[in-house]
Amino acid sequence: MNDNIQNYVSDFERLKNDDWFAESRYTALKLFKESGFPNSKLENWKYTDVRPIKRKSFSNVSEVTVSVSAEEVNAIRFDDLDCIEIVFINGMFSKEHSSLSALDKGIVVENMLDALANDKDLLTKHLTKYANDNVSPFIALNTAFIKNGTFINVAPNTLIEKPINILYLSKESNGALAIHPRNLIVMGENSEATIIESYIGLDNANYFTNSVTEVTLSPSANLKHYKIQQESLNAYHIGNLNVMQGKDSKLESHSISLGGALVRNDIHGQLAAEGAEIIMNGLYMTGNKQHVDNHTRIDHLKPRTLSTENYRGVLNGKSRAVFNGKVIVHKDAQKIEAHQHNANLLLSDDAEIDTKPELEIYADDVKCTHGATVGQLDQNMLFYLRSRAIDEETARSLLTYAFADELISNISFAPIRNRLERLVIGQLPDAALIREFTNE
Amino acid sequence: MLNIQNLHAKIGNKEILKGLNLNVNAGEVHAIMGPNGSGKSTLANVLAGRNGYDVTKGIVEYEDKNLLELAPEERAWAGLFLAFQYPVEIPGVNNVYLLKAAVNAVRKYRGETELDAVEFLGLIKEKMKIVKMKDDLLNRSVNEGFSGGEKKRNEIFQMSVLEPKLAILDETDSGLDIDALKIVSEGVNSLRNEERSIILVTHYQRLLDYIKPDHVHVLSNGKIIKSGGPELALELEEKGYDWIKEKAA
Ligand SMILES: Nc1ncnc2c1ncn2[C@@H]1O[C@H](COP(=O)(O)OP(=O)(O)OP(=O)(O)O)[C@@H](O)[C@H]1O
Ligand SMILES: [Mg+2]
Repeated sequence: MNDNIQNYVSDFERLKNDDWFAESRYTALKLFKESGFPNSKLENWKYTDVRPIKRKSFSNVSEVTVSVSAEEVNAIRFDDLDCIEIVFINGMFSKEHSSLSALDKGIVVENMLDALANDKDLLTKHLTKYANDNVSPFIALNTAFIKNGTFINVAPNTLIEKPINILYLSKESNGALAIHPRNLIVMGENSEATIIESYIGLDNANYFTNSVTEVTLSPSANLKHYKIQQESLNAYHIGNLNVMQGKDSKLESHSISLGGALVRNDIHGQLAAEGAEIIMNGLYMTGNKQHVDNHTRIDHLKPRTLSTENYRGVLNGKSRAVFNGKVIVHKDAQKIEAHQHNANLLLSDDAEIDTKPELEIYADDVKCTHGATVGQLDQNMLFYLRSRAIDEETARSLLTYAFADELISNISFAPIRNRLERLVIGQLPDAALIREFTNE
Repeated sequence: MLNIQNLHAKIGNKEILKGLNLNVNAGEVHAIMGPNGSGKSTLANVLAGRNGYDVTKGIVEYEDKNLLELAPEERAWAGLFLAFQYPVEIPGVNNVYLLKAAVNAVRKYRGETELDAVEFLGLIKEKMKIVKMKDDLLNRSVNEGFSGGEKKRNEIFQMSVLEPKLAILDETDSGLDIDALKIVSEGVNSLRNEERSIILVTHYQRLLDYIKPDHVHVLSNGKIIKSGGPELALELEEKGYDWIKEKAA
């Protein structure tokens, strides 16, 4: 079994590691070597078995460079959205497909490799400070391979109107590729931005994405973060999002998980100063034998912090999903509010969901609510629609769509909302009919 | 139009309809009255095709079809409409889209061309006037957050747009204020013609002042135990049900 760890070690040895960050990479690799992949005896990995990832020999080193045509990239772009775009193909930064010239003042968007060369001070201050290598072997593994990825720095008092679209595009290449994107987002005081992270698999490629995104929000910063996971159905995706929030800052995290054979999303928000607020929304739609695990954790470290979490799942086929939402209200974090809800719709008898809220409250003046539901399509609604001449299949799709849309319709940014609605409709059995229904 | 003979239906092990007979000809309005729990909504649901009822005996012919063999949507395509006693709220499904899809599903079944957005809007503008339907209700999710009366009015609005051949109104008058009752009644009356049949389930003779029925039936304990003309409703209003029940027993 250790052979595959050796695989990553040999990869590591083949890569150039001689910049100022070399020591950190090396230490992280050592950590990963020692711990190995997590096993399901660990509480945190109880429902998700990563042996398929462990057993397969993925490599970070590609012998060939795959090329992607402009059409292929265009097909997955937001057609109605003018955005700043940084594109990675099979984990490698693609200058050709990115549009990073003519950026406004007050914003830096660059490949991590360039940031390592250009922004040493900022990286020294922030990189690896919010995602902890000791928390997950996957984070350590990612740190060992920090090279490609996105560094975004928004200056204080700056409003970035154009959304920033980070596109990770994966395509079949020779051999199974492991990619370890590392993103760092630094939001200055009172700054505002919208960032989209998209992970898209182009064919039925078999690869392993192991991404880590670190976010730090200075006081009064405001970030809307969208993660759209559409990996290929043969791909494995492990994604970490770690956020540190300053006073009166606000983060909106929307995590949409549609693709992947085996997926694990970890989101960790730390409300580290008074007035910080986090909104965590998530939608997962699974089918076939997909396995999608969403683990979230929110730390209310200081008084008067606010969290609202809403996750919804639609499960079909023999798929399995996990939702684990941990909320920790630390000692002295008084007058906080934390609300969590997870709703699941099971469309088949063979689909399975494990949902578990975990509240740990060490303060007394708090307002917390949580709830989880697992259900099937409502028979009364179904009958009502059918009695109104809607055939059964359409009625089912319509109600499924309505269930998922409750999450998406809350997205304030229209181009993203529309795109997501289309994506969600595309997942349904009667896509064409539903589209007809909603596209008036 | 509709011919029900010796209909028996169960929910689980409980027999609710126990040999019900009813014949409704084209153009007729039939009122069905009867004590709570006697099986009126059960009859309506069985006719509309709701799951969970076990028809153990009897036949239901609708036009030349065996109604019980059809799926609920097929019954709707064939012109049957049920205005629910308790219309369900469907968050996320838009009222107008539903109605447009419904209209076009029926048109498709009849081999007519489907209406486009403009034609459809033209059609509903008319109908909205008849039932004094408010604009903002139209664009909300189906019945979501509607008041009790608004839900009932929405049912009648849908009915007037769909122009069914056989409409079953299950206590549409319950919960309506006096003005709404008039409006709804006018909506129903405007649909009355020699081809269309209507079954009104109601507890109140007042509705029948506005919509004059051709026949009045008393449904008790799963059977029609008495039938008559409009005067029967007046008699029931005055004397209640006990005297008929005793006679029937
Ligand atoms: N799902 C069910 N399971 C068990 N019993 C049921 C169910 N639905 C209805 N019943 C019973 O069937 C009987 C008839 O109910 P139904 O709703 O048809 O009465 P109704 O005549 O419409 O009464 P109301 O005037 O109160 O509307 C009642 O005794 C009711 O409790
Ligand atoms: Mg009833």
